[in-house]
Amino acid sequence: MKIAIASGKGGTGKTTIATNMAVAIAREGRDVTYIDCDVEEPNGHIFLKPKIREQYDATVLVPHVDLNKCTLCGDCSAACEFNAIAVLGKTVEVFPSICHSCGGCSDVCPENAIVDIPRTIGHISHGDGMGVQFYEGRLNVGEAISPPVTKALRRLDTDSEVLIIDAPPGTSCPVIEAISGTDYVILVTEPTPFGLNDLKLAVGMVQEIGLPHGVVINRSDIGDGKTEEFCHRQNLDILMTIPFERRVAEAYSRGEMMSDVNSEYERRFWELYCSIAEKVSS
Amino acid sequence: MTELVVVSGKGGTGKTSLVGSLAALSENKVMVDCDVDAADLHLILNNRVQKTIEFIGGKGASIVNEKCTNCGICLDYCRFDAIKHESHTENGGEERYWIDKHACEGCAVCVRNCPEQAIDFNEIVSGEWYLSDTPYGPLVHARLGIAQANSGKLVSVLRKQALLLAEQRELDLILIDGPPGIGCPVIASITGTGYVLVVTEPSMSAMHDMERLLQLTAHFGIPTGICINKCDINPELSSQIEEKARKLNLPVHGRIRHDEAVTRAQLNQKSVVENGDSPAARDIRALWEGVKNAIS
Ligand code: SF4
Ligand code: SF4
Ligand code: SF4
Ligand code: SF4
Repeated sequence: MKIAIASGKGGTGKTTIATNMAVAIAREGRDVTYIDCDVEEPNGHIFLKPKIREQYDATVLVPHVDLNKCTLCGDCSAACEFNAIAVLGKTVEVFPSICHSCGGCSDVCPENAIVDIPRTIGHISHGDGMGVQFYEGRLNVGEAISPPVTKALRRLDTDSEVLIIDAPPGTSCPVIEAISGTDYVILVTEPTPFGLNDLKLAVGMVQEIGLPHGVVINRSDIGDGKTEEFCHRQNLDILMTIPFERRVAEAYSRGEMMSDVNSEYERRFWELYCSIAEKVSS
Repeated sequence: MTELVVVSGKGGTGKTSLVGSLAALSENKVMVDCDVDAADLHLILNNRVQKTIEFIGGKGASIVNEKCTNCGICLDYCRFDAIKHESHTENGGEERYWIDKHACEGCAVCVRNCPEQAIDFNEIVSGEWYLSDTPYGPLVHARLGIAQANSGKLVSVLRKQALLLAEQRELDLILIDGPPGIGCPVIASITGTGYVLVVTEPSMSAMHDMERLLQLTAHFGIPTGICINKCDINPELSSQIEEKARKLNLPVHGRIRHDEAVTRAQLNQKSVVENGDSPAARDIRALWEGVKNAIS
């Protein structure tokens, strides 16, 4: 069972829900893995406090030109759709940060002067915390292209019964990379005009790629009823509503779990999981 | 003329609400919403779209089934697993190759290597951008199509348009609402700007994200200031943020109290400073005075 937690808008409580649900499932004795795919700003570790057992580099392939073989013919730069390689004077310059690692340049080089070499753009950590298997991808600061790190995470072999995938905010390519191939997507929102606008975009996204989905409304009492109205109109399942509680917000700020301040949440997150499991298997 | 960009690393720290207020407080400016994935600024600026322009983000490949001989060569060339194969036991008995448009990066490697020239390669409309009028001045904003790449490129288009407008109309300020994260759209939003205002809040998550963002602005050498939103949710962490700022020699321009007035203003489709007096409104006015001095 693979469940992704996503939201159009950032800061709606994605990580809170993902980590709390993971822990609730673990406490029921299930084997669960949490994967932090918000590789630009991963936060799951703050709550699960994992003990990291292994760490490895996330790499992409970038071209390296052997100038002894190169005739400066320019075929490589003509083939590159991303302007990431150019013949400049008597050398060939590669711009790694905008290279998409497509292999186009090495494919066309008539002199076989280009080899692909790995370049580290981030790293992946693996460990466990609070009974949950933990994986995190982390993009290096200054790197622009994040999807390869997410892709590396999603390709991991984990044989856990339940996979909880914490997606980055938004609706563009890094999110798609994170949620594709999952069984169910939880869209987290809050009942404000911004939250609703971004929920509509997120619903459009999951419908476009055809994944089953439902909504969790966080801080459900701070705004107006328009988000619920929207969900009813669109026939979206409202899986859970979480009212605003200052002590929960304060606990969150310290990196604590919701169930630490209100034990009822452990049961509620387990029920959330069960209701999704039921939808997926039916 | 100055480009001031407001970013946060972590989403949901109140960045857009703050930009809405700065739009009301500042003079002679153009606003730009660079959070193209989830553009919300227009919701509180009472905008009227004057112009809508298609955004061509890049190119995409698609297989013309009539020409394709199912040789399978393209499949091995695509490094993005965008080419899919259905054998004759699937798809109702018809073998075929097709391209998943969400996975295709538009590199053209398959196009060049197809022996039958069976792969089309065309420009893709991946969103649109708008020029709006608002009571506060012009607004440049956009909507990236769902599941699209190239948000950084769209951000660059928006910033270029804003610059053009600022020159034409002799405006003093370009006020930019930036996207969350530290990746491609953020880099496109901050490079070459005059000042970065980082909105954070006193939580472990937001602080962690702020630190990564500060590394990024330092990396690009852009003058940076900090605003602590919801500062009273955790006073201890708020002072840690101040301490951090002092160590890095960065000014803290404002501390905004947690205040339901912020949500109320949003529900009224107004900025906080225009929706009656409130603690948050007062804090934001004070903040703007500090930022104004820093950028002038
Ligand atoms: S295609 Fe090969 S030989 Fe030609 S310029 Fe590029 S690296 Fe050099
Ligand atoms: S690998 Fe692709 S993107 Fe990178 S330089 Fe070569 S052709 Fe350009
Ligand atoms: S290489 Fe061309 S002919 Fe061969 S499967 Fe791909 S599209 Fe079809
Ligand atoms: S254009 Fe590139 S990414 Fe798209 S299908 Fe062809 S090889 Fe794959």
